[in-house]
Formats: sequence, C-alpha cells, structure tokens
Amino acid sequence: MAVLNERERSKKPLSPWKSKKTSDKKAVAFPGVKSLNGRWGYLYVAPFVIMFVIFGLAPVFYSVYISFFHWDPLGTSTFTGFRNFNLLLHDSDLWLALRNTFSIWALSTFPQMFMAIGLANLLRNTRLRGKSFFRTILLVPNITSVIAITIVFSQLFGRDFGIINDFLGWAGLGHHIDFIEGVIPSHVQIATMITWRWIGYNTLIFLASMLAIPNELFESSSVDGASKWQQFRFVTLPQLKNTITFVLIVGTIGGLQVFAEPQQLAADGGSSKQFLTLTLFLYNQAFVNNKYGYAAAIGIFITFIVLIISAVNFVISRKISNDGTR
Amino acid sequence: MLVFLSIFPFYWMFVVASNTNAEISKSPPSLIPGGRFLIVARKVLSAQGVYFNSALLNTFIVGISIAVAQVIFSAIAGFAFAKLDFKGRKGLILFVIGTMMLPSQLGIIPLFLLVKNLHMIDTLYGLIVPALITAFGVFWMRQIIDAQIPNELLEAASIDGASVPRIFFKIVLPIVRQSGFVLGLFAFLAAWNDYLWPTIVLQSPRHFTLQVALTQLKPMYGLDYGLQMGGAFLATAPLLILFMFVGRKLVTGVMDGAVKG
Repeated sequence: MAVLNERERSKKPLSPWKSKKTSDKKAVAFPGVKSLNGRWGYLYVAPFVIMFVIFGLAPVFYSVYISFFHWDPLGTSTFTGFRNFNLLLHDSDLWLALRNTFSIWALSTFPQMFMAIGLANLLRNTRLRGKSFFRTILLVPNITSVIAITIVFSQLFGRDFGIINDFLGWAGLGHHIDFIEGVIPSHVQIATMITWRWIGYNTLIFLASMLAIPNELFESSSVDGASKWQQFRFVTLPQLKNTITFVLIVGTIGGLQVFAEPQQLAADGGSSKQFLTLTLFLYNQAFVNNKYGYAAAIGIFITFIVLIISAVNFVISRKISNDGTR
Repeated sequence: MLVFLSIFPFYWMFVVASNTNAEISKSPPSLIPGGRFLIVARKVLSAQGVYFNSALLNTFIVGISIAVAQVIFSAIAGFAFAKLDFKGRKGLILFVIGTMMLPSQLGIIPLFLLVKNLHMIDTLYGLIVPALITAFGVFWMRQIIDAQIPNELLEAASIDGASVPRIFFKIVLPIVRQSGFVLGLFAFLAAWNDYLWPTIVLQSPRHFTLQVALTQLKPMYGLDYGLQMGGAFLATAPLLILFMFVGRKLVTGVMDGAVKG
C-alpha cells in the first residue's frame, strides 16, 4: 500500500466500498480450488504481505506513536502525551481548514453529482450516435494532472484578464471578481477545478449503473403511461441509490485530500488562509514547519473525520434500505 | 457542448502558450492560437534550473516501474486470494480491504521518515519502492480472477498434473492479461499525475518529476502565462497521445468496475 497512489485509489473504478459487500459474500461462498495445494498461497501472497506491512501498515501505527511526541527531526524527541492533540484542538487554523475543506467539498460534490446524473441520462439514449466517442472524451479531463489544471483555471479565473470575469462582466453578473482573495469565490475556483476533473468519470459510473437497470422496468412504466421525467424520477433514480452513495463517499474521501489546487494558488492557503485545507495544513506543519508530531496528530484528526462520515453513511444507507423493504 | 467543455482547457493552454501576454490580456482576448508555440516550448525546455527533459524521463521511469510492479505483484497475490485455499485467507483479504478506508494522510509522515532512513529521499526509488504494491491493485486482480476464471478449469488442469506455478503462468496470466493491462494503465496515470508524494520526497531539480518541475515555472515566470501554459501543455501532451490509443480501454475499465461493484 503506497501513499503515492492512495489519493487516486480512493477514486478508482472498482469501488472499494460497494465491492466490499460483494466480496464479503463471495469470500464466504467461494472455497478456492480444492485440488490445488493451498500452501502455495503463502508463497504467493508473501511479497505483497511483506511490502504491505512495511509501507502500508507500519506507518499507520507509527503515526499514532509519533503524535505523542514533540518530534524533532534533528535533535531528540520528547514524549509529550496528549499535548499535540490539545494544542491542535485549540488551534484556530484547524477549524478554519475544516470549514474550508467542507465548503470546497460541498461546492464540488453536489453540483457535480446533479450534472453527472443528468449527463449520464442523456448519454443513455440508445439512438445517440458516436457513443464511444462521447464516453472517451468524458474521461480526458480525468487523466489531466492537477497542476496543469490549476495553471489553466487560475488563468481563466484571473481577476483582471481572465475570460471568466470577462464573461461575467458581459453578462452583467459581476465585475473583476477576485477568485483568490474572496473566501467563497476562491472556494468556487477550486471546486470548479475538481468538478472539471471528476465529472466525466462520475458520469461514466452513473451511466454504467443506468445501463445495468433491466429494460423491462422502463417498458412496463411506459405502458403505464409514465412520462420521461416520471420514468427518470421513479425508475432510474431509485436504482441509482447505491451508486449515489458510492460517489458521495469517494467524493468525501477525495475532498479531504484536496491539496495541490490550494497549494498552487498560494502555498500558505491565502492571505487570510481562506483556502487552507486540512491536507495543506498537515503538509505545511510537517514539511514547512518541521512539526512532525503535530502533523501526525492532524492526520489522526482527518482519519477520525473519515470514520465518522463512514459511520453516518452506514447508518443512513441502512435506514433507507430498511424503509424500502417495509 | 460536452466536447467543448472537456477539451476547451487544453485548447486554451495552447492558445495562451502560442500568443503574447498582451494578446491574452486584451479584452476580448485572442481566442485563436498564435505562432509562438515553438518559441515558448524552447524557452520552457531551456529554462534556468528547470530540467524539463530529465523530468520527462524521470516520470516515465517512475510510471512504468510502478505500473509493471503493481500488475505483477497484484496478479500473483490476487490469484492466491481468489483461488488458493490457505489458512487465514479470508481474514487477511478482509483486513486489507478494511485498510483501504484509511486516508493516506494518516501514514504519510512515518512513510517519509521511513524513506529517509532507507536513504531514498531525493531519489526515484523513494517514489517507486513504496508504490510497488497497493491494496487496491491486489483487491482488483482478486475480483477479476474470481470473475473470469472458473474453478473447473483449474481443477481440470491440476488433475492433469499441472503444478500451481504452471497453472498461474500458463492459464491464469493469459486470461487476465487485458484486465492487468488496464490496472497498469491506471497505475501509470496515477504515478504520472501524482504531486503530493513527489514534492515531499524529491529535492533537487534534476530529480523532479514533471508535476514538480511544472510548479517551478510559476515563481520563476510569475506573470508569463504563456510559459506556464506551454509547460502544462508539454507535460500533458504525452498522456493525451497515450489516451488516443487506450482511451476506450480506460472507459471500459471504469464502467466495468462500476457495474461489478
């Protein structure tokens, strides 16, 4: 397990979340090939397990250990107990970063989800020509690097010469909006970069699960005289429930990792730290200020947030599916 | 419209990179490419202290090493998790899947200290070695092998006297070749575009990957957008060319994953 790919992995195609359920079932139902000597298994998983323990598991535990120390990279480190956590919870930057992270997350997740579902519904049309062309084009933004995206969008969003401001001025919606100094405008700028990068990807995910809906459902509903909108609302949407949950969770984990976009706009998170995110906060504490113990505590804080969100999601989706069966 | 929005930022990169700053700053700005792209490209490649060519090479080395290693290790371990009955298999794979929930920020500082102790700071090894395996890759190959290879096939082969390694190399690998390739592509793209970890590990400009090298342009040429965009374009172009050939495969990979999940 490598940090290198973790950010990407959380957004990768085979959903760890939903697949987890299916694999649980399969792991139980699936006995392995009986006539093969199972002991070979140890040899085959050994390289993975060894690397996984060293580069995946050990750092997690070590992180907890470090967070109890005043960790000096050069001199001696001293055990300070919960001091890092105590300081952290009283650090106004933490709460500012939490606010910014959630604001950017909300601005990038919800509009994107509506648009992706709408786009997928358009692309589902079987008579559409050039299907695979559209699908492929949709994925282009996703392979573009965050740095390149930031360079382009920060120019497009420029205060004085950016064409987005030109357009807004022309439409009478505003004049020379500062998409860096303003709190909400800066969040909008970052959210736009994220949306552009991920919307096509999520559209494909929604499209795939729409195509998996049995055709009979649509046929019988149109026999019953349902309009296109009613079909979408009462046939398509309920079938997308799991996918929506999946996209939400992956988006949340990704949202907590937003780092390169704000860092490239301003390494310190802006003049009033208006777009300091949690991960940027962690990075700066560790690799700018050399406060490793403190930064490790921030990592643990972020983990707690992920766990809380997962738990909330678990409860909500349980509740929805219970309501459905009643 | 869809096509326009997906492609426009690339087009814009090229427009800005090939025009003078004055033409981009006037209102309305020039919307068609100018003739300066080659000049700008040459300027990017020869910028003081920025080693764009070696960054390109470094990025290729890192991306390909990671992709190849991930496919091989994931296939081997995925096969064992899917088809071999050994004690603790179920518990182990569930545990691995469980750890995928943990955010990467949790382990990043110890990982940095570890890489430092292994003397891999400021080397490409520091990028490659921690990424040789991922829980995700093993999990993905397990699902693929589970879904694509019927037990009966392997039963039959083993009754005919084929050993486990022989079955793996002669039967399993050829069948999952395509899916392995897609996994490798995703790993390659992720490595190419990664920024957080390379910016932590790498220190001297000669060792930078493309993404880190790109970030050097802004402080150096602050308001020269043409140069920054030229760099962004040059760093993205190889992926766009690759994408023309493998784009469809990636789409299938994304959509298959969604359905199976």
